[in-house]
Amino acid sequence: MIKLGVPSKGRLMEKTFDWFAERGITLKRTGSEREYAGAVEGAEGVQLVLLSAGEIPRELAAGRIHLGVTGSDLVREKLADWKSQVADLAPMGFGHADLIIAVPACWSDVDSLEDLDAAAHRFRATHGFRLRIATKYHRLVREFLTREGVADWQLVDSQGATEGTIANLTAEAVADITSSGETLRANHLKILSDGLIHQSQATLFASRAADWSGQESRLADLAKQLGLPAPTL
Amino acid sequence: MADKAQSRAQAGRLLEQFLAAGAVEVTPDILQPAEALLDLYGEDIRARAYVTADPLRGEMMLRPDFTVPVVQAHMAGGAEPARYAYAGEVFRRQDHRGPARSNEYFQAGFEIFDRADPEAADAEVFALFSDILAKLNLSATIGDMGLLRAAVDGLDTLPERKSALARHIWRPRRFQHLLARYSGQIEVPKARADLLTGQRSGAPWIGLRSREEMEARIAALEADAKAPPLASDAVAALNALAELHCPAEAAPAALRALAIPALEPAITRLERRLTALAAKGIDLAALQFDASHGRSTMEYYDGFVFTFTAANPELPPVASGGRYDALTRQLGQGREIPAVGGVIRAGLMADLEAQA
Repeated sequence: MIKLGVPSKGRLMEKTFDWFAERGITLKRTGSEREYAGAVEGAEGVQLVLLSAGEIPRELAAGRIHLGVTGSDLVREKLADWKSQVADLAPMGFGHADLIIAVPACWSDVDSLEDLDAAAHRFRATHGFRLRIATKYHRLVREFLTREGVADWQLVDSQGATEGTIANLTAEAVADITSSGETLRANHLKILSDGLIHQSQATLFASRAADWSGQESRLADLAKQLGLPAPTL
Repeated sequence: MADKAQSRAQAGRLLEQFLAAGAVEVTPDILQPAEALLDLYGEDIRARAYVTADPLRGEMMLRPDFTVPVVQAHMAGGAEPARYAYAGEVFRRQDHRGPARSNEYFQAGFEIFDRADPEAADAEVFALFSDILAKLNLSATIGDMGLLRAAVDGLDTLPERKSALARHIWRPRRFQHLLARYSGQIEVPKARADLLTGQRSGAPWIGLRSREEMEARIAALEADAKAPPLASDAVAALNALAELHCPAEAAPAALRALAIPALEPAITRLERRLTALAAKGIDLAALQFDASHGRSTMEYYDGFVFTFTAANPELPPVASGGRYDALTRQLGQGREIPAVGGVIRAGLMADLEAQA
């Protein structure tokens, strides 16, 4: 059996079902509305596993599921050296969101990473600590700012209501997911012009750690049905 | 691959050699307070060190290197001059897979804190390492972070520009960006141009950073906009310096040929160091000089730097080190002392000895 992990609720689940349906594979939940059980029609030897989208990267890394649908941001954030752990099979064209860096809109002097770096340097000299960036995307933000050569910042963990941290004086900037930018504007924040860290979308991944022995022809058939090149794992 | 017992034994032999060279043994704790390391390295250290929590002492890190605790111990009351040696495990988180990516390995190191003759101390550390590693046919490269710092300091421009460049010497990408900005090679972005013509956001003020802090930075940007661009020949000379590499014996002449007057004191120091190295039997024709050596990988070094590397490019340096005068200032709470030292990866050395 090839175990396919799919988000267990909401729009991400519905859009995933639609995506597979357009390719002749019917995924559906079975049992009562509250029961996380599923069935697959139109593809041989594929078992549906309904999971929280946030847990799918971990399950792929552990090899407990063979295939999984989740946001490309979550895979990059949660899996170190992600390309060595999963293969990126297909971007699915929904669940779009941008991971960006935003600062108070009142900071007229800060528009770019160059400005953020200079402001952070002065901030540290004035306040005695590094400029705080609130986020839950520690790995992605750290790698981005390190690559861009920005200094004198620190990350503070924020698992929710991140946009509120600046007004609450627990951070000076935020790095968060946005699709329309409305929450940012409502909290008087603006996105840095070169502060786009990652453009995320729902993506079909394959686990490199899963046991694929005996599943090779099934995977090849499935890839063909989905209109994808045969993956090398 | 050397196993743990062999690596530890090798580290122990190196420690004996360092003690025989006049050092006193120091034994820093494996668990180090995270605060000093975070303050020094920034957030980047979290990607490279293991962080753990102590219920009473707060956030702690598994020792990612010995230099910082050795400097802290010395600054807290070491006698001068001092020579220290140590051997033990260091711990490095690895975010990527690969053969040379150990997350736990033995280091043995030797550090000199001495005001009398920094170039002689540089040569003493290098020659000691060269002697210990002689059988392994390694190639050695030296550099000097003081050269780039001196060239930046000698630029004919605003002090703010010089300090911004000096701050980013260890981040070549941002350094090049600033250099392009200050020399007018990249256009002033529209947002900056608007700011300089007086445009301000109407958004309500939020956050800890104050309006006064913003006004102070805008004043600095206005002064910057009025300053003439960096001369293109000065930028070319700086870039030529960053790219310079040649045999060590040819380095002083090659550096003088760049015609950067501000380099002269640093070149004189380099010559004194090379003379001291030659006096200790180092072959300056076989020794490589690279003006950007260690620029993106050896962050707290601010003067002389060196590495010894094996022929296999996948392997990390067998030994590395350098001068870190500024680190003693940062950790010394108002005091400072010239300091130089280096470490040898004991397990890697044991592997290479087994192959030799």
